[in-house]
Amino acid sequence: MSLLSLHDMAVSLRGRPVFSGVSLTVGAGEVVGLIGPNGAGKTTLMRAALGLVPASGRSSLADLPARDRARRAAWMPQSHEIAWPVDVETLVTLGRIPHLGAGQSVRPEDRAAVDRALSQMGLQDLRHRTATRLSGGEQTRALVARTLAQDTPLVLADEPIAGLDPAHQISTMQCFQDIAAQGKSVVVSIHDLGLAVRHCTRLILLAGGRLVADGAPVDVLTPDNLRAEFGISAHFVDTPQGPVFQPLEVLR
Amino acid sequence: MSRLMILLAVTVAVLFAASLAIGPAAAPVGRSLSALFVDDNGPLSMVMREIRLPRALLGLMIGISLGMAGAGMQGYLRNPLADPGLIGVSGSAALGAVIAIHTGLSAAFVLGLPLMALAGALGGVFLVMLLAGPQGGSQTLILAGIAISSLSAALSSLVLNLSPNPFAANEIVFWMMGSLADRSMTHVWLALPLMAAGWALLASLPRGLDALTLGEDAAEALGINLTRLRLKLVIGTAACVGAATAVAGAIGFVGLVVPHILRPYVASRPGPLIWASALGGAAMVLAADIVVRLILPTQDLKLGVLTAIVGAPLFLHLIYKTRRAGV
Repeated sequence: MSLLSLHDMAVSLRGRPVFSGVSLTVGAGEVVGLIGPNGAGKTTLMRAALGLVPASGRSSLADLPARDRARRAAWMPQSHEIAWPVDVETLVTLGRIPHLGAGQSVRPEDRAAVDRALSQMGLQDLRHRTATRLSGGEQTRALVARTLAQDTPLVLADEPIAGLDPAHQISTMQCFQDIAAQGKSVVVSIHDLGLAVRHCTRLILLAGGRLVADGAPVDVLTPDNLRAEFGISAHFVDTPQGPVFQPLEVLR
Repeated sequence: MSRLMILLAVTVAVLFAASLAIGPAAAPVGRSLSALFVDDNGPLSMVMREIRLPRALLGLMIGISLGMAGAGMQGYLRNPLADPGLIGVSGSAALGAVIAIHTGLSAAFVLGLPLMALAGALGGVFLVMLLAGPQGGSQTLILAGIAISSLSAALSSLVLNLSPNPFAANEIVFWMMGSLADRSMTHVWLALPLMAAGWALLASLPRGLDALTLGEDAAEALGINLTRLRLKLVIGTAACVGAATAVAGAIGFVGLVVPHILRPYVASRPGPLIWASALGGAAMVLAADIVVRLILPTQDLKLGVLTAIVGAPLFLHLIYKTRRAGV
């Protein structure tokens, strides 16, 4: 079953083309890493898929009414905005908004989803703390939990692990893998290619205004692609502990 | 949370009753309240029904309007220092009123002034929406509001400047201070439909404002239509604050201070804050209107002057708190 399908998507911002001709499908049980150099349009692609930015082409999600879309896909933007000093539990509960009717208050199943999200991100001890007074990494985890609490078949997250310590980077990616094991899917934009090859089932390389490669990590992170699109060389081997990817040097 | 609402509702009820019981016609509280319900065919019933009731009702309605609009504006702009006057409603309503006084329209018939003020408010908001465009973020809305506010202030000064007779200038200055004195049920009936429409629009905002805690992008992805949210907020604010300014003049600081004081008691959630601020605003305006009648009963102390005198130091305290929190 396809959770997201894009057909010939193109976006221009202020008359400047960001990307064009992007077609892809995300099925069930995938952790898709969206990679590419700065300014390649990773954020714009995810926002266009959600219908948050005007785009040509077709997106199965953007076609839906806003409320239905919010029950199919959760979005975690790159800017980690928490406008008011609410506690972590209240923040995570905001993820339940699409599931509540007008004027309906939080139900037991909503609380259960919030509890689940809090424990998935290891935030039980912080649930009554004021979110704006947490450290940057803790805020990020709270916002990931908020996205998980939305309990959608698809999660799109824009650099969710940037700014986290190594343990939480790994556990967040593992959490995405757990979600995928339940038949849901996650699309994450990510700059840490080492984590991407270990935790993503599939990588999508966006560069130079087009979709350059889409497939298993070994097929996407080829020496040619790394040189042409990232301008780096890398050491990429399969070990008994899983694939190891280490960028080495800049080639240009 | 609900305990807070009960506490606020009781406070408002007590202040409303107190507002009805206070006035120069010294009558026992019980007798004056019963004269309100049972016509005694004497002066007391007339005082209660024609003078005190509209005054108390207007205090209640204006307080609800200012409180709700303030909480809505702060929630939408995600800024605790935002105020309903930010979108230019109060300024342009004042301009309409000033023109009515200057041209003698206000003297010609009773509703001349409030109707002109309403026209000013609606015209001002129309211009703000035109300037800010149908979409656009909160920044353009603030800029358009400031532009229209400054323009109305400038034009009001011009009218004052050119005012041929000193009494008109005097009247304008006093009107701009804001007051609930000498209002009639006609004012209540003029303001009520508009305010009710405004309240209904603002009452539909809480969920969207809660979602906006996460920023505009995340709120939209949660299924909130931001364009519609903004339209409801601006029109709702214009209707109820415009009507409030039209019948009572400019009463400042209520929309700014009330949401700020109540925010900690609703766990900082912008949605529930709208309801709390409705009652909190009513309590503040009713209390202030009681105080102006108690401390200087003969001098007609203006309500807007009192709210400013109380509000400004509170505002300073809030700035101090904000600075300490490092926000």
